[in-house]
Amino acid sequence: MDLKDKLVSSFMAFENFVDVDAAIHDVRSEAIKTFEIQGFPTKKDEAWKYTSLNSILRHDYSVFPKEENALEYHDVKKYFIHDIDTYKIVFIDGKYSSHLSQTTHDGIDVCLMSAALSKPKYRLIIENYFNKAAAKDSLTSLNTAFSQEGAYIHIPKNKVVEKPIQVLHFSTGNESALMLQPRNLIVVDENSHVQIIERHQSLTDNPILTNSVTEVFANKRAIIDYYKIQNDKDSASLIDNTFVKQKRESHASVHTFSFGGQLTRNNLNFYQQGERVDSTLKGVTIIGDKQHVDHNTLVHHIEPNCESHQDYKGIFGDRSTGVFNGKVMVNKEAQKTNAFQANNNILLSDKASINTKPQLEIFADDVKCSHGCTIGQLDESAMFYMKSRGIPEKEAKALLMFAFSNNVLDSVKIPEIKQRITKLIAKKLGVNLGFDL
Amino acid sequence: MLKIKDLHASVEGKAILKGINLEVKPGEVHAIMGPNGSGKSTLASVIAGKEEYEVEKGEILLEDKNIDELAAEERAHKGVFLSFQYPVEIPGVSVTNFIKTAINETRKAKGLEDMPANEMLKLIREKSEMLEIDRKFLSRSLNEGFSGGEKKRNEIFQMAMLEPKLAILDETDSGLDIDALRIVANGVNKLKSKNNAVIVITHYQRLLDYIVPDYVHVLHNGRIVKSGPKELAHELEEKGYDWIKEEVNA
Repeated sequence: MDLKDKLVSSFMAFENFVDVDAAIHDVRSEAIKTFEIQGFPTKKDEAWKYTSLNSILRHDYSVFPKEENALEYHDVKKYFIHDIDTYKIVFIDGKYSSHLSQTTHDGIDVCLMSAALSKPKYRLIIENYFNKAAAKDSLTSLNTAFSQEGAYIHIPKNKVVEKPIQVLHFSTGNESALMLQPRNLIVVDENSHVQIIERHQSLTDNPILTNSVTEVFANKRAIIDYYKIQNDKDSASLIDNTFVKQKRESHASVHTFSFGGQLTRNNLNFYQQGERVDSTLKGVTIIGDKQHVDHNTLVHHIEPNCESHQDYKGIFGDRSTGVFNGKVMVNKEAQKTNAFQANNNILLSDKASINTKPQLEIFADDVKCSHGCTIGQLDESAMFYMKSRGIPEKEAKALLMFAFSNNVLDSVKIPEIKQRITKLIAKKLGVNLGFDL
Repeated sequence: MLKIKDLHASVEGKAILKGINLEVKPGEVHAIMGPNGSGKSTLASVIAGKEEYEVEKGEILLEDKNIDELAAEERAHKGVFLSFQYPVEIPGVSVTNFIKTAINETRKAKGLEDMPANEMLKLIREKSEMLEIDRKFLSRSLNEGFSGGEKKRNEIFQMAMLEPKLAILDETDSGLDIDALRIVANGVNKLKSKNNAVIVITHYQRLLDYIVPDYVHVLHNGRIVKSGPKELAHELEEKGYDWIKEEVNA
């Protein structure tokens, strides 16, 4: 039985097992039908032309996580941002780990999707927001059909959440192959501010496939900064589907740092539903071996006087492959839009490749939209300059790559994250630079 | 200090240096002058170890050791410094972080520990004051958006920090106004000692009023065609290079 059939036939059993409202049940049943009709995307789909899921779909994944496997904090501490105080929502093999988590209901809700989907006190938020941003494509629908667990974050109005919230997913290899479908909902009300860090980390060489859906709602004047750290093992793959809806004067940013994993696909979608909205989408990709990272972004400018900033940097070594597909849509009403998009890449080997494709659909006439993409090698004259000052080849290359990634790191607001990313980059490049950029 | 014997070098198959002989002793300042395209910058790059240049024949000895086979960074570790005619912009790396990296990599190559942070700061303060460099300047991205003068001053700042045995100044005077020229030249003069040597590559005599050479060499068509005392530079300034070309051709 292939994975699609397995998932569809598992659905009935799953529905009997979970505890949800009738309304949610209807949403799920609808979603599994959509998935059944569409199936997994193939390279024949325009949006998947350069990314094939074949190699990761052939494993016989368990689709229901069974037991919670215990992990000790000191064994996984290094995957947390641990030098600052944070809220933590931690999952092990798809099951919530209360032991590793630090949730709260003190003025804000930082807790579990399973609780939000089943308890009456969350009903209003669920009714208003759950599945209201998510698209109806096959992978998102698949997640919707199986959505049960993940992070639930609701920040009521006028709250500046001082502590960042970390959402971590560990997989331990309990199953010979495991498919995870976390579902996150983040609702930030008027004038509130929150910072979120998300990480998926496999601790096993068994194949892991994560098909994650995150819905983010930034209400009036809300500020949301979201950091995704993707540095997983080569046996793990991630399809990240994130949908951000912004009301007027809100600011939302998503920084994606992709350094690992076998295959990573980021479907990142922003919808600007009010005036003077600001959206930031940035990413640094540094991969090698046969790794593959695909950024598929959409910014939909619906209202006037809004801005969007996209800046993606990629460094590709060995036989690694990258894709950047950035779509900007500007509706007729969205006058005075200022949309910026850049995708710059460095290929370190003849065997590495990047497919980059900006797509602009502009229906308004008074807008500023710019886009640019470059593909190059490391600057030889800069290399000689640094070497002539005593900096060896490897370190010189690393410095240039840091310099190349720097304007993405520049807008990271949490110093500890910036430091962590700097260290991850240094480790990835095999150097010790002795200073933090 | 430096001995160059019958050096032939080419780039992409094109011969540029066609038999250079030069000896620079500790404590000396040598000026290399010559018309455009005579091979001055190539000579500087070949000594510093730029890989694009192929040494076809001859040898370069630093303190009696052949450095032909050494990579650029290894030559730097042995005390060779090249001040670039066109310093490269490296956005995202501050002047301070760059020089720290250069110093500590050089120390590492010599088997030394990193320089302690307070010592480094003291050194940076001392050298930047000497070259009248503003502190704010040090936290800017290396050479990015620097004026011509700032770039050159930054080169000499790095030279002051690295304290090379052999400094090669490639057209350091270009892009400098008279005040900046004086500051840069004073910096170089303060760094001069009986243990190190300086090669000044320049098109004009102007810089040599401030950094006074012991010897002046004229490079033409890949060869040193004339050498003399510092007065030769004045003669070149007055008469241009044509008479030398004629002399060579005759």
